[in-house]
Amino acid sequence: MKHSFLKTFFAFSLLLIGLVWLQGCKPKGTQSAAGGDAAKAYVAPGKYDEFYNFVSGGFSGQMSVYGLPSGRLFRVIPVFSVDPEKGWGYSEETKPMLNTSHGFVPWDDLHHIALSVTGSEHDGRWVFGNANNTPRIARIDLKTFRTAEIIEIPNSAGNHSSPFITENSEYVVAGTRFSVPLGDKLDVPINTYKENFKGTISFIGVDKTSGEMNVAFQILTPGINFDLARAGKGKSAGWFFFSCYNSEKANTLLEVNASQKDKDFIMAVNWKKAEEYAKAGKGVKKAVRYAHNKYDDNTHSATSTIMNEVLVLDPKDCPDMIYFMPCPKSPHGCDTDPTGEYIVGSGKLAAVIPVFSFTKIQEAIAKKNYDGEFDGIPVLKYEAVLHGEVSKPGLGPLHTEFDANGNAYTSFFVSSEIVKWSVKDLKVLDRVPTYYSIGHLSVPGGPTKKPWGKYVIAYNKITKDRYLPTGPELTQSAQLYDISGDKMKLILDFPTIGEPHYAEAIPADMIIKNSRKIFKLEENKHPYVAMGEGKTKVERKGNEVHVYMTAIRSHITPDNIEGVKLGETVYFHVTNLEQDWDVPHGFAVKGISNAELLIMPGETQTLKWTPEKAGVYPMYCTDFCSALHQEMQGYIRISPAGSNVPLLFSTGTNLPAVTTPAATEKPATK
Amino acid sequence: MNNKLSVTSRILVAFASGALVTVFFLPAWRIDLFAPQYPEGLMMNIWINGLTGDVDIINGLNHYIGMKHISVDMFPEFKFLPYVVGFYMLLGIVIAITGSRKFLLLYLILIVIGGALAMYDFYQWGYDYGHNLDPSAAIQVPGLSYQPPLFGHKRLLNFDAYSFPDVGGWIVIAASALAFGVWLAEWYHQRKLNKK
Repeated sequence: MKHSFLKTFFAFSLLLIGLVWLQGCKPKGTQSAAGGDAAKAYVAPGKYDEFYNFVSGGFSGQMSVYGLPSGRLFRVIPVFSVDPEKGWGYSEETKPMLNTSHGFVPWDDLHHIALSVTGSEHDGRWVFGNANNTPRIARIDLKTFRTAEIIEIPNSAGNHSSPFITENSEYVVAGTRFSVPLGDKLDVPINTYKENFKGTISFIGVDKTSGEMNVAFQILTPGINFDLARAGKGKSAGWFFFSCYNSEKANTLLEVNASQKDKDFIMAVNWKKAEEYAKAGKGVKKAVRYAHNKYDDNTHSATSTIMNEVLVLDPKDCPDMIYFMPCPKSPHGCDTDPTGEYIVGSGKLAAVIPVFSFTKIQEAIAKKNYDGEFDGIPVLKYEAVLHGEVSKPGLGPLHTEFDANGNAYTSFFVSSEIVKWSVKDLKVLDRVPTYYSIGHLSVPGGPTKKPWGKYVIAYNKITKDRYLPTGPELTQSAQLYDISGDKMKLILDFPTIGEPHYAEAIPADMIIKNSRKIFKLEENKHPYVAMGEGKTKVERKGNEVHVYMTAIRSHITPDNIEGVKLGETVYFHVTNLEQDWDVPHGFAVKGISNAELLIMPGETQTLKWTPEKAGVYPMYCTDFCSALHQEMQGYIRISPAGSNVPLLFSTGTNLPAVTTPAATEKPATK
Repeated sequence: MNNKLSVTSRILVAFASGALVTVFFLPAWRIDLFAPQYPEGLMMNIWINGLTGDVDIINGLNHYIGMKHISVDMFPEFKFLPYVVGFYMLLGIVIAITGSRKFLLLYLILIVIGGALAMYDFYQWGYDYGHNLDPSAAIQVPGLSYQPPLFGHKRLLNFDAYSFPDVGGWIVIAASALAFGVWLAEWYHQRKLNKK
């Protein structure tokens, strides 16, 4: 009895000691890394940041613009999702921008950014973004920070491997994330994936001067999934590299079934050759349907055109155009270094980072150093094209960016860190933790021939305890690290909108000088513009009522409108007559099942309204424009159908009625 | 006594009057306005035949205090000022050709009168704009007028207003100074000759 008591006592004591010891081993948490060199991220009030940071908004569908090193948010550019704040997708002018072959799609998932380049260096003209859900690419004009064009990608399903760009912005690419049935036979059993599903990568031509996009050609590929991509640079500029997964061609439980093979692929595409094949008529024109939407800064309106044809190149008819390079375990990132010699593949589940050599790839192709074929496409021998492997870099490598000194920075999702390594000798030089679970990362100019360096920014998937809690849904975040020294140093955390995926940063001077301040009124070619208060009017066309309205500090014209009847649809075409910087006017009407308008100086925008009840409805300017902004308001009277109230409109002349209620019917002259 | 101007003087007078041609290509006067909301400033350039700069924006702001809308066709000066400048140039050339001392004296007197008249006219317009305000203006501060400064700086509500010659104006001033300089040099030279 006594013996067993001692035994029990002893056991409990051990347990207690064990627990105390475990307590001591608990990680110290984030406090130890909260030091941050704030002075380096400090931009004094009224001072400009050094870089613009264009950050994808992920499931918000938008693109956000931050300053670096301050991390201050300047603007959220509406791209693929409606934005009632700016009237994007609500005004009649912007609705066509979100048109697709599936009709009006009000949302998407913007993952990647590509700044336009000339000679593989930033030129500050446009920034491209991809729609991951309903496949599209958007071009944003950096003069206006607005979406100028959206093109839908036919024969694609999930435009993830996009919109990476060639050395002189000749093309942005669009590789399909999902392989799908193509052509006429669309309704097939899902488990016939291996026979019926195909992939495509599309080359979207970009006009040198206007930036206008067109689907130049597509390459038909085996039914695998395309993940990310990068164009070559310098000697490899004529090539494009695409990471692929699911070479198992699984159609269900990909988590397991697409992780069976030891190696998947990076697909190397000789796009110059593909371009030649396309020009030489080796492609086949296929019937498709896709939308091409353009916004015009003179008419202040978008048009959407449905296109019906696409040129498809089949590798069977186009030899020496594409090759597969084996890459360990479902590669994600696929990044070329500034010299264009090295291609870094990042297998999400791999224990090493393979680095391929462009010179060796060319040699292997010349010597036909193949390791068999995959669906008729040559597979190059892994060892023959490998420059080397970075060993024990971390867990879950995703993406790699570069500085100008021959260093690479790779993000590791699983081990939640950035690892700096030397491209030449593949030695790990430094590592810093991220908080938490970094996805993409960005070095200013990192994907170009001329990285600006200075910082690396981590775009994290999880924030947990980094910020004040806001219920179950927490902010997403970015972290800024100083890379000017040998050691990477965390200097700032900043929250981001949506979910940040890829981002790029560019020196501010390259953008500021082109930034537009106003739209010139005399260049306004909107069909419903009112070029001055004298040109305002209200017109009835069938059961439509068109209000040609103007806004200037601090009144709208007309601000008293009567004679509109139920059953009619009202179009408010509001022209902002201001020609001064930073004086937008807003416009809203009570009860409208739409949104507001936000009209820039010199611009015309239209709000459509079908009133459902008779009465007098207030309307007002929503953007605090002046000392008398609150006075910038008016009324529109809606009368029952069949009433005989004459159509009247005025500002400042509809004087108080004197006597009888009948006087309210008295016309106000314009 | 030689009653003609020296060759140097004649060349200088010709140069001075010739320099006046620049006011056909350069603004004569400028008014700058700065406010907390306008750190970059608003500017109005006054030419001998018109106005340029942020006139529309300034008009937009002025309507709050009931100032008249500034427009070129309200100023008859813009119609005849080019002829006035032309006359001055012509007179300068006549002096250079004839070498007439009397004409130079007349020229100087006309410069003084012209300058004074221009400033008086400018003041009159400023007074009119600053005082004759629309009685139904949104912003009314009893006892306050908004006359811009004739020369230099003045605070008008939230605006700091500056009024100075523009490039063309400085050239006119320099040309006038040159004409006076010629007169002084001639006078000094003459006195020395007389002493001999």
